[in-house]
Amino acid sequence: MGFQEVYDYVPSKVDWLARGLPMEGEKADKSVVGDILRQDVVTASLQTRMADVRERVESSPYGFALVVTEGGTLLGRLRKASLQGDPDARAEDVMEPGPSTLRPDLTLDDVSERLRTWDLKTAVVTDPEGRLIGLVRRADME
Amino acid sequence: MSRAVLYEEVRKLLQAGAQLVDVLPRERYREQHLPGAINVPLKELDATTTAQLDRSKPVVAYCFDAL
Repeated sequence: MGFQEVYDYVPSKVDWLARGLPMEGEKADKSVVGDILRQDVVTASLQTRMADVRERVESSPYGFALVVTEGGTLLGRLRKASLQGDPDARAEDVMEPGPSTLRPDLTLDDVSERLRTWDLKTAVVTDPEGRLIGLVRRADME
Repeated sequence: MSRAVLYEEVRKLLQAGAQLVDVLPRERYREQHLPGAINVPLKELDATTTAQLDRSKPVVAYCFDAL
């Protein structure tokens, strides 16, 4: 069509939203998950021992840790019971695989309602490729 | 032929005057789009619908996500 330079912003709109950048449009003023993301959750690799992650979780605002690959892809969750069990257990053996996640472009109204319905205090947020972006807390929306 | 770019390069391209094109359906564009983006729905992409764009300037296209 005669264009000299064409670029494909591959991560697209979700990436823009996840960075908390401004938007335009009829719903641009609605707050979305990406606006209140928190980055303070403890992460571990598949090989991490419970003894090595327990202390970090105890000093974090949450009672769990998330297991991710080197590239940041979310693999699972380490619940408190696992963290307080065998100190030599590896994350890959005790994690709960495939935790439920949200996308960063959901509105806070939608997410707040879901968390209330499911009686959850936090939700994990990933990008469309499953990479961990952060967490949202119900307390931050109310 | 387009070249894949990530946010940092998009930012530089926009600062240098690139045109931003949202290829999502009109309704999605109306609800929310990147600042300054022009809507050319992917299914309608042709010489007529892109006539409003300047051929001499870079174009950065985006959709909803990478999938």
